[in-house]
Amino acid sequence: MKILVLAKQVPDTATQVKISSNPRAIETAGVTWIVSPYDEFALEEALRIKEKRQGTEVVAVSLGPDRVKETIRSCLAMGADRAIHLNDPAWADADTLTTARALAAVIKQEAPDLVLTGRQAIDDDMGAVTAQVAEILGWPCASWIMEEAIADDGKTVRAGRQVEGGLEIFDLPLPAVLSAQKGLNEPRYPTLKGIMGAKKKEIRDVKAGDLGLAAEPPQLSLLTLEALPPRPPGRVIPGEVKEAVRELVKALREEAKVV
Amino acid sequence: MAGAFWCVVEDDRKGSPKKVMAEVIGEAARLSGGEVEAVWVTDKASDEGLKQLGEWGAKKVWLLENAALVPYRAEVWAPAIADLAQAQSPKAIFGPVTSRQRELIARLAARLGVGLAADCTALAMDGDTLVATRPVYAGKLLSKVTWAKAPWLATLRPNVFRPAETQAGRSAAVERPGVTFAGAKMKLVERREEAATGLPELTEAEIVLSGGRGMKGPENYVILEELAGILPNAAVGASRAAVDAGWRPHRFQIGQTGRTISPKLYLGFGVSGAIQHLAGMRTSKVIVAVNKDPEAPIFKIADYGIVADLFEVVPALKEEFKKLLEK
Repeated sequence: MKILVLAKQVPDTATQVKISSNPRAIETAGVTWIVSPYDEFALEEALRIKEKRQGTEVVAVSLGPDRVKETIRSCLAMGADRAIHLNDPAWADADTLTTARALAAVIKQEAPDLVLTGRQAIDDDMGAVTAQVAEILGWPCASWIMEEAIADDGKTVRAGRQVEGGLEIFDLPLPAVLSAQKGLNEPRYPTLKGIMGAKKKEIRDVKAGDLGLAAEPPQLSLLTLEALPPRPPGRVIPGEVKEAVRELVKALREEAKVV
Repeated sequence: MAGAFWCVVEDDRKGSPKKVMAEVIGEAARLSGGEVEAVWVTDKASDEGLKQLGEWGAKKVWLLENAALVPYRAEVWAPAIADLAQAQSPKAIFGPVTSRQRELIARLAARLGVGLAADCTALAMDGDTLVATRPVYAGKLLSKVTWAKAPWLATLRPNVFRPAETQAGRSAAVERPGVTFAGAKMKLVERREEAATGLPELTEAEIVLSGGRGMKGPENYVILEELAGILPNAAVGASRAAVDAGWRPHRFQIGQTGRTISPKLYLGFGVSGAIQHLAGMRTSKVIVAVNKDPEAPIFKIADYGIVADLFEVVPALKEEFKKLLEK
């Protein structure tokens, strides 16, 4: 079985994000980059399938500039067998659809049985690429999965997707696309052996032309990034608990008018 | 009508649109000058539900009603809505941020070859084009985006947009277009319902009480549930620290790797306010923080704070709210 894991490089949650001199970009100096956490759940799940099913190959795929190599090496260190790096200035302004088209083209080349990815990347939080890849490929897709099990014959996967008020369990014929929700698993840390071994693993660089894709303007374009409008200064209500609570409730009714 | 703003109906799976649709229809009406139509994919629409959509301001309901459309599968719904959109040329297609519409609208955008702005918190016309505002980078920045061509596809964050008012006498024309449905590859095996809390969904609640590490253990969430029980439309959530400690199931987590909420009133109890939590609640209208630690970062974004032990504050709050709400 072959599994492709789509992983995106994003700034660490705790990192400070500032707008650069170009109002359409963030200042990248000093940013700590990580594999988007949901994509880590996806990779972990792929590795667990590999441990259960002999002969499974896990391929990490990431789109982005040169710095993305670091993310790819993290995926290889965790246990992916090889990687594909979609690296082309043509994708610098890629929206979700352009990204999905590029990823779908690679998926067609590789013809995996399963594509796993995170429910959304934590930088732009669009959460669209999984479903768009599935649409372009014409494959079934289960988003926000909390559990999965591939049938012994390798022809279907049973996946539980989180919905309001419960879990919907679906059978999907393979090939299929699944997106990971938190709770699917607990990702492993790379071992020292894994980190050393990652250096020897193959990373294939791919350009838009290699996929037969013509440059296309994005369908959704970023106009500007803006800082958050400041929240009006708050106040700490002092005093003894009962008094403070009384004042709080009064303020919520009379000032804020929310109760 | 060509050029109309479409709103894809999120329903309760029992034939009625969810309340969040008033927000989506209200915003679509403001942007389009009232040219709003609803698209409802269901196995059975109730008469009351159709009436409600009209009273909120939908001029027409495109009703795709067929037993084959349930359960929801994007692979069936997206082509059906896309075919209709290609025939009718709407200017925009909106839906609320829900687990199914986040996926459905994305798939629809790919099928139509147009842009998608997900989880928007503001929308505005700039001349002839629509500009969307959406939080990015854990809500630390806002991005403004626009579309290369129509239809403009967007999902709207619940509780942010002003809902349309119900106006008796307004009604929607119901049209049942002939649509062919794609066969489904996916098959529903079962639906596991969660144990009912008796409280509304986190993302839909107008008031959210959130318990963090300061709750000290899973057994103490009952005091928040009791407090929520006396407040109108209130739900109880938790911080990542509390979920990772196993005190609450993941579905209650508020934050970057949990639910994004935008209630009228957020009350954090023993929540420190880590960036990853703020990402999921910073668009709340009014934020109240209760924490023993005066240095807790949540006080920086709170409108009101009380530096005290939550186990003293919660019972006092319950008493005060009871008095207030019984009046």
